[in-house]
Amino acid sequence: MAKEVNQSLAREFGLSADEYQRVLDIMGRTPSLTELGIFSVMWSEHCSYKSSRVWLKQLPTKAPWVIHGPGENAGVIDIGEGLAAIFKMESHNHPSFIEPYQGAATGVGGILRDVFTMGARPIANLNALRFGRPENPRTKRVVDGVVRGIGGYGNCVGVPTVGGEINFHPAYDGNPLVNAMTVGIAPADRIFLSAAAGIGNPVVYVGSKTGRDGIHGATMASAEFGADSEEKRPTVQVGDPFTEKLLIEACLELMSTDAIIAIQDMGAAGLTSSSVEMAGKGGVGIVLELDDVPQRETDMTAYEMMLSESQERMLMVLRPDRQDVARKIFEKWELDFAVIGHLTDTGRIVIRHQGRVEADIPLAPLADQAPLYERPTQETPKQAILDPVRVENRWTLAQALERLIGCPDIASRAWVWDQYDSTVGGQTVKRPGAADAAIVKIEGKRLALAMTTDCTPRYCQADPEAGGAQAVAEAWRNITATGAKPLAITDNMNFGNPEKPEIMGQFAAAIRGMAAACRALDFPVVSGNVSLYNETEGKGILPTPAIGGVGVLEDAAKAVGIALSPWLDLVVVGRTHGWLGQSLWLREMTGREEGAPPPVELDVERKAGDFVRNLILTGQARACHDVSDGGLLVAVAEMAMAGNTGARLSTGPREIPSHAYWFGEDQGRYILAVADSTSVLRAAETAGIPAVKLGTSGGGDLTLPDGGTISVADLRASHERFFPSWMDGTA
Amino acid sequence: MKAGIVVFPGINRERDMALALERSAGARPRMVWHTETDLSGLDLLVIPGGFSYGDYLRCGAMAAQSPVMGAVRAHAARGGYVLGVCNGFQILTETGLLPGALLRNASLRFLSMDCHLRVERADTVFTNRYQRGSVFRSPMAHGDGNYFADDATLDRLEGEGRVAFRYATPQGEITPETNRNGSARNIAGIYSENLRVLGLMPHPEDLVDPLMGGEDGKPLFDALAAA
Repeated sequence: MAKEVNQSLAREFGLSADEYQRVLDIMGRTPSLTELGIFSVMWSEHCSYKSSRVWLKQLPTKAPWVIHGPGENAGVIDIGEGLAAIFKMESHNHPSFIEPYQGAATGVGGILRDVFTMGARPIANLNALRFGRPENPRTKRVVDGVVRGIGGYGNCVGVPTVGGEINFHPAYDGNPLVNAMTVGIAPADRIFLSAAAGIGNPVVYVGSKTGRDGIHGATMASAEFGADSEEKRPTVQVGDPFTEKLLIEACLELMSTDAIIAIQDMGAAGLTSSSVEMAGKGGVGIVLELDDVPQRETDMTAYEMMLSESQERMLMVLRPDRQDVARKIFEKWELDFAVIGHLTDTGRIVIRHQGRVEADIPLAPLADQAPLYERPTQETPKQAILDPVRVENRWTLAQALERLIGCPDIASRAWVWDQYDSTVGGQTVKRPGAADAAIVKIEGKRLALAMTTDCTPRYCQADPEAGGAQAVAEAWRNITATGAKPLAITDNMNFGNPEKPEIMGQFAAAIRGMAAACRALDFPVVSGNVSLYNETEGKGILPTPAIGGVGVLEDAAKAVGIALSPWLDLVVVGRTHGWLGQSLWLREMTGREEGAPPPVELDVERKAGDFVRNLILTGQARACHDVSDGGLLVAVAEMAMAGNTGARLSTGPREIPSHAYWFGEDQGRYILAVADSTSVLRAAETAGIPAVKLGTSGGGDLTLPDGGTISVADLRASHERFFPSWMDGTA
Repeated sequence: MKAGIVVFPGINRERDMALALERSAGARPRMVWHTETDLSGLDLLVIPGGFSYGDYLRCGAMAAQSPVMGAVRAHAARGGYVLGVCNGFQILTETGLLPGALLRNASLRFLSMDCHLRVERADTVFTNRYQRGSVFRSPMAHGDGNYFADDATLDRLEGEGRVAFRYATPQGEITPETNRNGSARNIAGIYSENLRVLGLMPHPEDLVDPLMGGEDGKPLFDALAAA
């Protein structure tokens, strides 16, 4: 490893000429290899957010219930009864394409650590996945590996995987998206932060040993893929969920003492980012003695140790008088525990190895002079609104419904959920598919959380601003549809190459839309992650700002699901215009992906949602389902299948073509199953909210207004066919 | 009956089990760490689900060699009660306290879903709150739940009335479709010769509260609490 440090090596490490010059200015000399490595990972897109920071600042991050917003390992909100929910979503896109199982597994492991490092016991995992066309042979391998990886890790650590979403689109053929979210619970007055303090205090390394895996992973995550992506396999880490489980238990046990001053997981850029961030945030210096780092391989250099992304490791600053207490806990859990350095008053990070100083960098400029780009943006051209009258319909409602209910984007995800343990912990009130958001109760309390992940990338592609707003609104709606009060979101911004103005334009517009929705719905962003350069051979993904939403229910017993029961009235709340632009009906039936996406009217959205939530909490709604992909008829069919109960539907308004009315994707709508529609409709009218009766439930068939009939059993057969037949050649 | 829950590193359903036992018995069970060997004062030892020591070898193989399992074996030999669920069942077969083995699910995929269990006999300390032939619902979540034993062993288990539960339809029919993991003769749980050691793959402890969708699993814990 006797590489000469110069501009060409800096370029290889992902630093531009300007950035390398800045390194030279800060150092006042040529940096060592280890120093160059530290600068390059700290200034990578992945760690520095250099292209996105200027835009992220526009997102609202405050509310009375927000305890810690963006900037910590995860967001923290007050959920009442002295408790806090801690959560974040993070991408592991590039590794999951190269090595689907380990990429997805370590994605789950990494986000878990972000949450328990703050003192929370993880109570739920969710995910948001996007894959290429099912017809692409590679997609099958990626889906299989990702699903096995998420299950393999989550099932073993014993955190239930309770929710998620999956889309398929050719734009993800060479670049799938794997976004993992963890939600945890901690006492609101026992939150652990990463700012180091106390000159002389010991810096302690715990968890797995350090190996050569994942060196420069953060740099890889900040570059486009070429045809050589297979060769990058060594930059993917290998997960060990057993060690993670021990680390969770050991950390939580230690956190019940007063030993910890600061703690941070070693995620992207491993020991480098954790030590730099802890010391930097605390405004102190740090000395690391690499000879004391637990090592899995022999002859590792300082450069390799500082850049390794070996998994299941944490860095802590402890009270010196509590070091023995801490050591005993980690010995009990059979995990490595090593004092590898101490805090100083120099404001510098000093790395010593085998009697030599391998790095000596001033921390303030490393953070303050990190590159920040206001890259040029180009707006996405607006598309025309599609007039439903001009879209020819050649299908009966039953034909279209059967096709849509079985298409890859709507088909049953049971094949996927069935591989995730969703009940471990014994607190899962609504499992995957049972309600619009997953509901997990807090042990020993009535209090429960509602959680969801949402984004409709085809809307974002057509109009990133409308799509960004829609993603936030849909998360809010899905939480509302269970009866819970939406509190806050985490965002995972997945976009293409930010150096292209049209991509940066998508990013800026999505942020604008999200910010507007967050403000209107009192639904602030408390944590997030940006994944750029999601391109392979110059081809970008659909802009995908995935939203993870969290809400609270004071009494878990009040939650409703989507399952229909007999002899109820079906009422749709919200206005139906018959919006076919960018609808799944248009894509699946006619092969067209066009038109402006349905707009979200934020004031109307809020009013309708508050109305619906109140109906649920007062026991007036037995079931509730938001109307999204596939429109009204798909939503009714999903309720029918979930409850194994049919329904008879009435004719829609004459002025809207039948296919547009039943399959249009107008926003802000919910279907409620109620015993007494008269009083609900009257209440809606008083509140100035559009609502109409759609029909009544009962029997085993869906009786459609055009005279067609389809049995719930047949619907289910169509709905459940796709995944098992595609993946296992069964069903 | 005074219960203890054996906790190995990597076990992850010990909290679920403790809640279920406490719900029925009113008392918190004792948590027994894998290095402990003094189990005096405990009538029932429960080995819960999870991935003991990561289960990177054959499931339960390492746990079977742990210090605490020596004490569990002695407890069983004295006629003590033992319940093993999921990984606990695997550990009991690896320890030799129950015959047979749990292989990879026939589909080679992890299976997390509800199943229905037919109660094969209702005169044991575990099942006396159920009716013989009745069916209850239970979550299950495992990658290696495919019960295997040779025909002679299976015949003996059946002949001695040692099959505890079988995967069934909600109506109690034993069909291939209900046997998702591919277990021999739809077997979901078995007893030791003295009917005091029970191992089963599904998780009745996760269905003891109406809030979680039902109380189908509660009679098992009620029976143990009353014994």
